[in-house]
Amino acid sequence: MPTRLLRSPLSALRLWLLVALALCAFAQAALAGSAELEQGIALIKTNKYDQVEEGVTLVASSRDPRAVGLLAALQDSDLYLRKADGRLFIATRSDAGYDLIDPLTQAPAGTAGKRDLKRIRINNRLRSQLRTAVATLNLTHPEASVRLAAVNEMLDRLDADSLALLRDLAGDEKNAEVRAGMTAAIALADLNADEPARRIEALDQLEGNLHPAVQGGIQRLLDREQDEAVRATAERVLEGLQFKRDLYGFAETLFFGLSLGSVLVLAAIGLAITFGVMGVINMAHGELIMLGAYTTYIVQQLMPEHIGLALFLAIPAAFVVSGAVGILIERGVIRFLYGRPLETLLATFGISLILQQLVRTLISPQNVPVANPDWMSGSWQINSVLSLTMNRMYIIAFCLIVFTALYLVMRRTSLGLQVRAVSQNRAMARAMGVRSARVDALTFGLGSGIAGVAGVALSQLTNVGPNLGQSYIIDSFMVVVFGGVGNLWGTLVAGMSLGVVNKILEPWAGAVLAKILVLIFIILFIQKRPRGLFPQKGRAAEG
Amino acid sequence: MRLGTLHLDRGGQIFLALLALTTLLVPILNLAVPADSPLHVSTFTVTLLGKYLTYALLAIAVDLVWGYLGILSLGHGAFFALGGYAMGMYLMRQIGDRGVYGNPELPDFMVFLNWQELPWFWHGFDMFWFAALMVMLVPGALAFVFGWLAFRSRVTGVYLSIITQALTYALMLAFFRNEMGFGGNNGLTDFKDLLGFDLQSDATRIGLFIASALAVAGGYLACRTIVTSKLGRVTVAIRDAESRTRFIGYRVERFKLWVFTFSAVLAGIAGALYVPQVGIINPGEFSPINSIEIVVWVAIGGRATLYGAVLGALLVNYGKTYLTGVMPDAWLFALGGLFVLVTLLLPQGIAGLLRRKEATA
Amino acid sequence: MKTLDTLRTTMRRDQVWEIMVPKTGLELDISHGTILYLEDISVTFDGFRAIDRLNLYIDAGELRCIIGPNGAGKTTMMDIITGKTRPDTGTAWFGQTIDLLRLSEPEIASVGIGRKFQKPTVFEHHSVMENLELAMAADKRVWPTLVARLTPEQHARIDAVLETIGLQAHRARRAGALSHGQKQWLEIGMLLMQDPHLLLVDEPVAGMTHQEMDRTAELLKSLAGRHTVVVVEHDMDFVRSIANKVTVLHQGSVLAEGTMDEVQNDARVIEVYLGGDEGH
Repeated sequence: MPTRLLRSPLSALRLWLLVALALCAFAQAALAGSAELEQGIALIKTNKYDQVEEGVTLVASSRDPRAVGLLAALQDSDLYLRKADGRLFIATRSDAGYDLIDPLTQAPAGTAGKRDLKRIRINNRLRSQLRTAVATLNLTHPEASVRLAAVNEMLDRLDADSLALLRDLAGDEKNAEVRAGMTAAIALADLNADEPARRIEALDQLEGNLHPAVQGGIQRLLDREQDEAVRATAERVLEGLQFKRDLYGFAETLFFGLSLGSVLVLAAIGLAITFGVMGVINMAHGELIMLGAYTTYIVQQLMPEHIGLALFLAIPAAFVVSGAVGILIERGVIRFLYGRPLETLLATFGISLILQQLVRTLISPQNVPVANPDWMSGSWQINSVLSLTMNRMYIIAFCLIVFTALYLVMRRTSLGLQVRAVSQNRAMARAMGVRSARVDALTFGLGSGIAGVAGVALSQLTNVGPNLGQSYIIDSFMVVVFGGVGNLWGTLVAGMSLGVVNKILEPWAGAVLAKILVLIFIILFIQKRPRGLFPQKGRAAEG
Repeated sequence: MRLGTLHLDRGGQIFLALLALTTLLVPILNLAVPADSPLHVSTFTVTLLGKYLTYALLAIAVDLVWGYLGILSLGHGAFFALGGYAMGMYLMRQIGDRGVYGNPELPDFMVFLNWQELPWFWHGFDMFWFAALMVMLVPGALAFVFGWLAFRSRVTGVYLSIITQALTYALMLAFFRNEMGFGGNNGLTDFKDLLGFDLQSDATRIGLFIASALAVAGGYLACRTIVTSKLGRVTVAIRDAESRTRFIGYRVERFKLWVFTFSAVLAGIAGALYVPQVGIINPGEFSPINSIEIVVWVAIGGRATLYGAVLGALLVNYGKTYLTGVMPDAWLFALGGLFVLVTLLLPQGIAGLLRRKEATA
Repeated sequence: MKTLDTLRTTMRRDQVWEIMVPKTGLELDISHGTILYLEDISVTFDGFRAIDRLNLYIDAGELRCIIGPNGAGKTTMMDIITGKTRPDTGTAWFGQTIDLLRLSEPEIASVGIGRKFQKPTVFEHHSVMENLELAMAADKRVWPTLVARLTPEQHARIDAVLETIGLQAHRARRAGALSHGQKQWLEIGMLLMQDPHLLLVDEPVAGMTHQEMDRTAELLKSLAGRHTVVVVEHDMDFVRSIANKVTVLHQGSVLAEGTMDEVQNDARVIEVYLGGDEGH
C-alpha cells in the first residue's frame, strides 16, 4: 500500500513536505501543514474507507503536533462525527451518553447522545496505516520514551517515506537508545539493499540488537539470500542473537527464582530464629505471617486515602502485633514445654487452628482485598527481552533489608548476644546473669515479629485469607531445615537456591511438579545431610 | 494369640469387650428392630460408627510408632489415603459400564480427560484380591523405602516429623494433578458395589461395619502382641534412649523400619475400609492437617496406651461430628484448645487420667 | 594407605549410601595378646583437636585405667571405639581382624565391646529385670526379638547378675525410680549381661558411697582376666585401688603410661594433672 500511495500525486506532495519539514524552519512547515490538516479532516469526515485513507495520509503529512491525538483516536475507533453540525469529536462513553473532546485541542466539548453521533469506521488496512502514521508523527515527539516506542513500533514495516525521514532524524537524535533503535530500523531496511556489501554492513549493524523484528528480518533474509558471504554473516549474527536471548532468558529465570526465593526467605526467617536458634517448633508461625498480612489490611482500611503510606506504617504495626502474639504464645504455652519438642509442635499447632478460626470469626472467612500502591506495579524494561517487574524487585530488596536488619540484631546487639548465649548453653548463660526467661520471650517475640513483617510483604503478592499461613508453613520449615538449623546465612542461601531451582524446573515440569520435585529433593537431602547445608559443628552438636 | 497379650491390660479388655458387644448389638438394632422404635439404629449411624472404627485403627497405627517407638509421624494420613486409593481403584473398576459415559473399561474421569486406554498402574485392580494386596503393599512399600532412607541416616525427632509432613504434602500436590491418573481434584467416587454387594444397601453397610470392627480388634491384638513382646521392650528402649539401645547391640534402624512399615500397613487397611463407607477418596485426605489430627486423637486419648488411642479417636471424632453439626465455627476453636490443654495439663491423655484415678482409688 | 583413606572418607557411615562397604571378619582374634589397637587417631571438632595422633594398645585380659584432666579426650576416645564418633585419620582394630571404623554401633556391640556411659543411661520406663533382659547377649535381629521368650538358663543368668550387682530386691522396680548409685550398678549389670570381651567403663563410681565404691572395685577386678576392662575415672583413690597400669591422656594424646607410682612420679604428669590438689 505505501508504494501505491507513493505513485499518487498526493504522496508526492507528502514526500516533498516530509523533506521540507526536515530542512525548513518549523513555522513554515506548520503553515503548510495546517492547510493539509484541514483538507485531511474534511476527507476523514466523509467516512468512506478510500477517502479516509487519503485523509489520514494528509493529516499525517501535515506534521502538525495536534494530528497525533486525532489519528490515535481514529485508530482506537473513538472518533465520531456529530450529525448535527458535521464536526469530529473524540467520544468516550459515560453515564449521560458520550463525553465529547475536541480532537485537535483536546478540550472538553460537552456531551452527546448515542443517536447524535456517528462513528468513523476503520478497516484493517486503515488500522495498519494509522499505526505507522502515529508512529511517524511520534518520532519527533519531545519525550524520548515516546520516540523510542515509535521507532520500535515501525521497526519492521518501514516504507520508503518513513525510512527517508528516519535517516534524517537519526543524525540529530540526542538520545542514544532512540538513535540505536533508528539505526537498527534503517539497517533492517538495508537488508533489502541490492549490493551484498551493503547487506553485510546492515547485518553488522544489527548485531546484538534484541528487537524481535530483527530476528524475524534476518530470518526472512536467510530464507531468500543467495550470496554465501551474506548468508554466513547472517547466520553468525543470528546465532549471537540467540545466545544473547538465552542469556537474558536465563537472567529472567534467575530473577524470578530470586524473587520466589525472597518470599521463601521472608516466610522462613522468623522461623530460623524461633526454630533455628531457640529450637522451638512453632507450627503457628504461618499464622503469625497471616496476622501480619491482616494488619496490613486493617491499616489500609484505617487510611484508605494513603495506600502507600499505610503499607509503610503496616511494617512496624505488623511487627508489634505478631511479636506481641508471639510473646503471648511463648509466655502462655511454650515456656512450659521447653525440652519437649514434639509436645511443643502439637500445642502450637492447636494455637494455629485457634488463630485461623479467630480471623475467620472476627474478620471474614473469605479473602480480604489488600491494595497495592501504584509504585508497586509496572516494570523496569532493560531491553526488549528482559523486563523486571517492580513488585518482584521490591520483594527482593525488602527481603535483603529484613535479613540484614535481623543479622545485625543477632550479631551486634546485646539481645543477640544473650540469645546466642542461651541457645548454646542455657545453664551457663544463666550463671553469667542472663535472664533466660526474658531472653526466651524476647527472642520468640522477635522471630514472631519478623514473621509479621513477612506477612506485610506477602499481602502484596498473594491473597490474604485465613489459610495464608498454612500454605507457607511447610515451605518455611523446609527452608530452615535445608539451610541448617541455627544458621541465618543457611536460611538465606537455602531459600534463594530453592526459589531458583524451583523456577528453573518450572518450564519443563510445570509449577506443581516442580514443587513436588523440590520437596522430594529436600527429603532426600535431609537423609544425606541431616543437619542441612550449613550444619552447626562441634561437640555439642554431636549430642 | 497367647495368653500374655491381654494380661494386665484392663483398658484393652474393657475395650475389646465393648467392641464385641457393639458389633453384636448394632446389626440387630439396625436390621431386626423396626425403624420407629427408639432402640433402632439407623444405617447412617452404622456407617458413622464404621467410619469411627477405621479412624480408631488409624490411631492405633500412629500410637504404635509414636507412643512405643518415639517417631512422631505427621504423614500417616498418606498411608491411610494410599490404602483408600487402592480400594477406590477397585471400586472404580467395579462400576464398569454403569458410569456416566458407559465406558466398560475406563473410569468416567479418564473418558472425560480423553484418555484412550487404562494407565498401566490401573491394571489388576478389577480383581479384589489384587486390590486387597495393594491396600497393604503400597503404603507398606512407601513406608519401607521412606523409613529405610530416613532411619539409616538417623533422621530423628522433629526433623523426621517435618519430612513425614513434607512427604504427605508432596503426595497431596501430586494427587491433585489430573495427569497422575487418580481423578485429580475430585478423586474417586460414585462407587456402586463391592464384591457384588450394593454399597447402598443396609446389609452391605452392616457388613462393612463388622469388617471394620474385626479389623480394629485384629489391629489392636497385633499391636498389643508387639508391645508386650521383647520387641516392644526394645522399641520403648529406642524411644527412651536410642543410642544406648544401639550400644547394647540392637540395630535400631531395622527395628524402626519394620515397626514403621507395619504401622503403615495398618493405616492402609484402615483407609481401605474407610473409603467404601464414606463413598469417596480425594487428595484432601493427604493434607498435612489430617495427619496432625490423628496425632491429636492419640495425644488426647493417651500416648503409649493402645486403648487410649482408640478412645481418643472415637471421642474427638464424635465431638467433631457433634460440634460441626451444632456450631460449625466452634470446631476449630475446640480442637485447637484441646491441643493446647492436653499437652499442657494432660501429657498422659485421658488414659493417664484414668490410670491415676485407679492408682489413687 | 592414601587410597584407603580416600575410600574411607567417601564411604563415611554418617554420610549414608555406603551400602556397598564390605564387612571385615567378625571373629575376634587375639592371638598376639593385644585386644585393642588405636593407631595415629585424630579427631577435630570445629577446629578443636579433641584427639591428636593418639596411639593406644590394650592387652587382652588387662584392667587399664585411663586418667587425664577434663578435655583430655577420654570420652571422645570411648566414642571412637564404640563407633559413635568417626576419627578424621587413623585406624582402630579390635583384635587382629576387626576394623572398628567400618562397623556401626550395634555391630561393635555384637562383636563384644560393651560400654557404660559417664552419665548412667538405663531404660527408665523398664523394670530392672527388663533392662538386663534387653542387654542380654542374644539374637538381636527384629523377628527373633518378637518371638523371644526367656529360657530357664537365661532366667538363671539374670538372677546371677542381679545378685552380683545387689539389686535382687529391686528386680521389678522401674529403673527410673532407682538411686544414682543403683543406676550405676544396673548399668554395670547390663554390661555383664552383654558378656563382652572388652568393657569400657566411663566413671563408674561417680555419686557412689565409699562402700559402694569398694564393691565396684572388687567387681571390676574380678572381671579382669576373663574380660578386658578399660576404666576412665577421676577418683584417684579408686584408680589406685584397682589399677595395674595407668594411661594418662593429655590434649588428645598419651602423656605417660605405667603403674600408678611411675605415673605419679612423672614430671610432665605432675605438671599438667597431678600437680594440683587432686594427686597426693
